[in-house]
Amino acid sequence: MRRVRLCIGCWMLDVGCWVFGFPCWMFSPLVIMDRSKLILIAVLIACGIASPFASGINPYYYDILLGIGINIILAAGLNLVNGYTGQFSLGHAGFMAVGAYSASYLTLRFGYSFGAGQLATTTIFVLALLVGGAAAALAGMLVGVPSLRLKGDYLAIVTLGFNEIIKGVIQNAERLGAQRGLGGMVQHTNFFWTFAFAAVTVYVVVNLVGSTYGRGFLAVRDDEIAAEAMGINTTKYKVLAFVLGAFFAGIAGGLYAHFKQFIHPEGFNFLRSVDIVVMVILGGMGSTAGVCVAAALLTILPEVLRYVARIEALPEWLRQVAENRMILYSLLLIVLMLTRPQGLFGGVVPRRKT
Amino acid sequence: MSAPLLQLDNVTMQFGGLKCVCEFSLSLAEGELIGLIGPNGAGKTTVFNMITGVYEPTAGKISFAGKSVIGHRPYKITARGIARTFQNIRLFGGLSVFDNVRTACNMHLQHGISHALLRGPKFSAEEKAIDATVMELLEIFGLAAERDQSCKSLPYGDQRRLEIVRALATRPKLLLLDEPAAGMNPTEKVELMKLIRFTQEKFGLAVLLVEHDMKVVMGICERINVLDYGRKIAEGTPAQIQADPKVIAAYLGKEVDDA
Amino acid sequence: MIEFLQQLINGLSQGSIYALIALGYTMVFGVLRFINFAHGDVYMLGAFVGFYLGPKTLKLFGDGPSWPGTIAVLALAMVLCAVIGIVIEKLCYRPLRDRPKLTVLITAIGVSLFLENGGQFAFGADPKSFPEIITDQLIEIPPAWGRISELTVTISQALVIGATLVLLFVLRYIVMKTRMGMAMRALSFNPVAAQLMGINIDVVISFTFGLGSALAGAAGILTSIQQPSIDPLMGVNAGLKAFVAAVLGGIGNIPGAALGGILIGLTEALVVGYVNPTYRDPIVFGVLILVLLVKPTGLLGAGEREKV
Repeated sequence: MRRVRLCIGCWMLDVGCWVFGFPCWMFSPLVIMDRSKLILIAVLIACGIASPFASGINPYYYDILLGIGINIILAAGLNLVNGYTGQFSLGHAGFMAVGAYSASYLTLRFGYSFGAGQLATTTIFVLALLVGGAAAALAGMLVGVPSLRLKGDYLAIVTLGFNEIIKGVIQNAERLGAQRGLGGMVQHTNFFWTFAFAAVTVYVVVNLVGSTYGRGFLAVRDDEIAAEAMGINTTKYKVLAFVLGAFFAGIAGGLYAHFKQFIHPEGFNFLRSVDIVVMVILGGMGSTAGVCVAAALLTILPEVLRYVARIEALPEWLRQVAENRMILYSLLLIVLMLTRPQGLFGGVVPRRKT
Repeated sequence: MSAPLLQLDNVTMQFGGLKCVCEFSLSLAEGELIGLIGPNGAGKTTVFNMITGVYEPTAGKISFAGKSVIGHRPYKITARGIARTFQNIRLFGGLSVFDNVRTACNMHLQHGISHALLRGPKFSAEEKAIDATVMELLEIFGLAAERDQSCKSLPYGDQRRLEIVRALATRPKLLLLDEPAAGMNPTEKVELMKLIRFTQEKFGLAVLLVEHDMKVVMGICERINVLDYGRKIAEGTPAQIQADPKVIAAYLGKEVDDA
Repeated sequence: MIEFLQQLINGLSQGSIYALIALGYTMVFGVLRFINFAHGDVYMLGAFVGFYLGPKTLKLFGDGPSWPGTIAVLALAMVLCAVIGIVIEKLCYRPLRDRPKLTVLITAIGVSLFLENGGQFAFGADPKSFPEIITDQLIEIPPAWGRISELTVTISQALVIGATLVLLFVLRYIVMKTRMGMAMRALSFNPVAAQLMGINIDVVISFTFGLGSALAGAAGILTSIQQPSIDPLMGVNAGLKAFVAAVLGGIGNIPGAALGGILIGLTEALVVGYVNPTYRDPIVFGVLILVLLVKPTGLLGAGEREKV
């Protein structure tokens, strides 16, 4: 099969080279590359091409579109922790905050260090994003390591506690704007960066978990003791999941900060974490595709509700309820757990044997 | 006589006031098939747990291939060459048959996370090799056809076999089997006995077997250790054990003298 | 020194509130091994029961605030909250009893959010002023007691501490001396065996929820007497702190919950008094994380081993 691909690929290259006059050998890695890498590169190119057109659309829809991209990054990252490794983390917004504030601080302080040109500022922006991600990853390690011995409910509460602590630290940091919030960031975030990072996130999570190396995450989720007995260092996998999840949350935070151009500690509280958790649950823990779909749905849902709230034909109380999307959200959560706990794409949720 | 592969010296396991295992000693040479029997609650699984690092013994020494295993995490002990199955089947419920075995190949991976992400030729080659190894194992044990099924959908006997296959994927030198015949009917038990002998010979393993079914134990073990209330009360060949009055008393109770 | 004692008294009275709420968390964890995220919101509902039904209840005992009136409002809130707790359990948690813990935990989060946002929708998000059901005055400490007479102790604080003590004794009696209490304890040790012994676990679980929710409702009223400004989100923070208290004392352990509540209340008072009020919440969570790292079973709790 690979041989055939090789042949067809080479043949196409030959033709292409003949038509365009390129040296053929430059593209040879492409034909023997792993398929997922090809898809990633294709998606990245597509994003690059689409980006200028995307900026031109209605700002309201653009808003929603970028929101979807950011939520995909958050949800896919959290899915690695909650869905694939079975560690219930309720503090993801805290990592987002670390990334958001780190990146913002860097661009505000050093944004013009290489000059004011577009390339220079964008480079600083991307570097700041990555540093923000790294800072968040470090926070992820600080949260992950102590939490190793904890399970289920306890782990959830501790991660929630860490979220509150991170929020508390920011609220007391004058350099970061404390209770007033931090603003003035340049709007570097656009369609390309958002969806490029979203594509990378999905690529990393899917490929990592699909490899033999990544099966370790699932083993830790299914049975920690058996996993250890089969030679899997459960500590390494749990911390790695937290670190990677946090890294992507940090990137999402940086993207968010440079999109809305203003961030506030209350925007990264427990409710925001719950938002992301709902996406993971709705999508089906352990299905990256489901989680991305859920992220998109739940980004659009509030807007739909806002629209419904304005339909004059509906009764007043219904419009009021639509206005309060959190009521519907919470009902959705309850009903979902009662009727379809595996979410949209998830596998069967086992019943405990009595 | 070469040095024993596994050596337990006066091992004691105490939980609070309860002495689960008391001054237990055992020695196992390479390639030997030894049984560990005793009434329920005698401490057999606790011995397994101590050998594999799940519990740390309160006293005594355990060494494998000459080096102590006390105080090490279970995954490190597995890396040294000890694999086990569990009394209550502990398969990875969310994974397929194939993946259950594949997971156990993790510890022998030559590549790390960066390769998993960049997916260069080294990664592809190794994944292919693992694929081949897993399929070979599955075929030997007759589970190749079910490779993509959820492990939970397998019948009970097959699940137990899968657990053994998974343990073998870690390339052990010593295999600990915890009640592998539990829940099986007589025909399956005969198959199991053949399977254990076959596994031992093919892979050159030493096997320590905990089992309640006397037919299985007496049928394949070369030597048998008997535990009762955490203490070793007898050791010897199957014939010797069957005749030992202490063993009989432990399992059946003593005769009541009429006053 | 006086300053310190003052903080202790403040801490004790706030801690009593946390203790009452923490008891609900711990009892439910004891019988179901699950953390009822929505418990803090029952506390909030207790306060609102007092807000809406308080004035009418007071009228039964004559004009204006009175002791019998207060007790009546307290009892009413406890009963209604017990009912609410039982209803929530029946609708949302019972159908999920054989599902993985995670599913129930998420449902509990959903219930909590629903109560909070529903409360905001139904009652309005702005803070309300709790009716005066007892006249809060300073207790006159005779100067003969020396410097102690400089302390500020209000009737409401004394009421909170006193009521909590009474409720704790009643709870201990129920758990230790009644058949239902014995059933609760049996259930917390081994649910399967308890069922096999003929205990109707549905009834016991409902009773546990009712009892815990009643205590939370009482806490809601007692808090509102001290701090009359109530709003639908008041259960969030208090609930979280009470949960920390329950874990600190050893979740599943009833005296532990009370102890934990007092300790958290005292810690808060000391941090506010001597450190920095803005660090109050992060420090409480820091305590939680420290406890879980050092002794996850809490001060008085005993761990459970997983059988390998």
